[in-house]
Amino acid sequence: MKFIDEYRDERTAQLYSRALSRIVTRPWTIMEVCGGQTHSIVKFGIDELLPSAVTLVHGPGCPVCVTPLELIEKAIELASMQNVIFCSFGDMLRVPGESKDLLSVKAAGGDVRILYSPLDALKIATENPEREVVFFAVGFETTAPANAMAVYQAKRQGIRNFSILVSHVLVPPAMEAILSFPDTKVQGFLAAGHVCAVMGYVEYEPIADKYKVPIVVTGFEPLDILQGIYMCVRQLEEGRAKVENQYSRSVRKEGNLPARKIISEIFRVVPRKWRGVGEIPQSGLGLQEAYAEFDAELRFGVAGRTIDEPAECISGLILQGLKKPHECSAFGTRCTPEHPLGATMVSSEGACAAYYHYRRRNN
Amino acid sequence: MESKSAGFICPIPIEQYPNVLLAHGGGGKLTQQLIERMFMPAFSNSMLASRHDGATFDLPSQKLAFTTDSYVVRPLFFPGGDIGALAVNGTVNDLAMCGAQPLYLSVGFILEEGLPMDTLWKVVQSMSKAAAEAGVQLVTGDTKVVDRGKGDGIFINTAGVGVVNSANPIAPGRVAPGDVIVLSGDIGRHGIAIMAMREGLEFESTIMSDCAPLAAVVMDVLAAGTEVHCMRDLTRGGLASALVEIAEASRLHLEIEEAAIPLTENVRGACEILGFDPLYVANEGRYITFVPAAETERALGRMRTHPVAAEAAVIGRVKEGSPGLVTMRSRIGASRVVDMLSGEQLPRIC
Repeated sequence: MKFIDEYRDERTAQLYSRALSRIVTRPWTIMEVCGGQTHSIVKFGIDELLPSAVTLVHGPGCPVCVTPLELIEKAIELASMQNVIFCSFGDMLRVPGESKDLLSVKAAGGDVRILYSPLDALKIATENPEREVVFFAVGFETTAPANAMAVYQAKRQGIRNFSILVSHVLVPPAMEAILSFPDTKVQGFLAAGHVCAVMGYVEYEPIADKYKVPIVVTGFEPLDILQGIYMCVRQLEEGRAKVENQYSRSVRKEGNLPARKIISEIFRVVPRKWRGVGEIPQSGLGLQEAYAEFDAELRFGVAGRTIDEPAECISGLILQGLKKPHECSAFGTRCTPEHPLGATMVSSEGACAAYYHYRRRNN
Repeated sequence: MESKSAGFICPIPIEQYPNVLLAHGGGGKLTQQLIERMFMPAFSNSMLASRHDGATFDLPSQKLAFTTDSYVVRPLFFPGGDIGALAVNGTVNDLAMCGAQPLYLSVGFILEEGLPMDTLWKVVQSMSKAAAEAGVQLVTGDTKVVDRGKGDGIFINTAGVGVVNSANPIAPGRVAPGDVIVLSGDIGRHGIAIMAMREGLEFESTIMSDCAPLAAVVMDVLAAGTEVHCMRDLTRGGLASALVEIAEASRLHLEIEEAAIPLTENVRGACEILGFDPLYVANEGRYITFVPAAETERALGRMRTHPVAAEAAVIGRVKEGSPGLVTMRSRIGASRVVDMLSGEQLPRIC
């Protein structure tokens, strides 16, 4: 299949593997930021092709995993309301709240619907004028433009029974937070290609300069990731710390300008809690004052609730790259995709679920 | 009793009962009318015509296979099939996987009040056609009607009886190290066809469900004297779930090759876009079979003479060690575990 097979070619993968072995002289630890990349790495077994000196750690780039418990609880509360049609991307439905998930709300009679686009939620709102339609606006910079467009259209078309529960997060502040941890092991980053397709990569340059880490904007196919790792290791070996673009077929330096424009029209940067990490300043998006009427938290009066994270799960350490999933004592025993203790076990992009599905051996 | 052959026009006059009423399942006159005018002509056979509480029949073999399955698909009609064809083929295929020649099926309808009679007629026609294709008779049945809103149009349960002629059992317990794993054709078409209908997704060409009866190809392979250790049809959990089930039941290690698994460009593209893994997408007319390596060519040769298995291919091997594990060599040459899904596959955010 065109645009797929050329990026999954076994011989080229082996060439990259050998090229990496030739340039590596000492151990390096690189974090792939995006959950989509983590998924690719374990699904295709990309890390098996790396020299043992190169260690990959899996970053916090799974929007499902980092959505804080209190937002999940708010979602469950809204979805349980009689008059609400609660719309969400599919993989949010299995994320455990304190005692249940959205799938259980659906089973108990809640009107919970899986959508592919937030614009479909607008359609549902138009078709059900007597009911309230709430869309769970989750994601990084990648889903922000479409979610922003839904709010923009709702205002323009005067659709008053539509609102969004905002849980947007931003990548660069999370990378800075990880680099600021005293125990951080991360020496280089593969930045998330699709996030950069929207935002460009200018905002990563100060991070590379300040923390002296190479950052390579990287795609999601096996050869993209291998090439990204190669570029990152080459910088590390040469003592450079620059932003480079491996994913040039999709990413321009300035990003997608119309997408950025609609994001800044609808959203403003706010502090945001990350599940397992805690609050990171200036790391999320919230609605602009002018669009506050579409904020589900305000509309349904759930803005004030806060909930502490449970102590047992080490997803915070995993999201920070300090532990690997199988280093957790609950991994695969008390914590499985059927009964996840924490969010990294829930989404297929979460590091724990990815390890569970693709790495668990019977021993 | 009317014995007109089943035509293409609904035999229950639309001006009389354009929709299913609760009384159609009440056991009274309307139930009788439904049976006489719709089911009897469509499924016409002597056992049904005897109007007994059940079917009585002689069997040509001592060894029987018996199975049941229920069908609740939405939408009822989709490219390449409908709930009626599924209900017949699904049970026929389960019997075939036991190495049995399917003979007789029972049908239980649970209809929702208000269902257009014409819709029921189309489903019944499709069942009649599928039964004829698979060489089975629908010999006994039941109809219930539930209140509007308590069903989803039509639910169908079928159970089936078949006779087993092969001397050796065909079961997971007979899978042995060294066996090859043959897949009968491309995977994932049924799941994507249904998904595309539900979500209004359009592709360059319509993706058709692979819904088909497998008894003919299976019987042919067995009749040729091929030694078959185990078979499993691929259903909701896709290829991955079928493999994991066999690995766990046989306590052996199955190793497959990603690049060897037949997959159409359409299905592959749809899976890439939706974030689905085709290994977990539903099928309704595909199966895997485990044969000793020496039997590979004979099995493939017989299978490929049937259109439903024209693309049959070897996708992997059975190994010792790591009991219960399925691993896959990925396209870039690395190995990973293939696991069963925890729940339904959910579309990913990004």
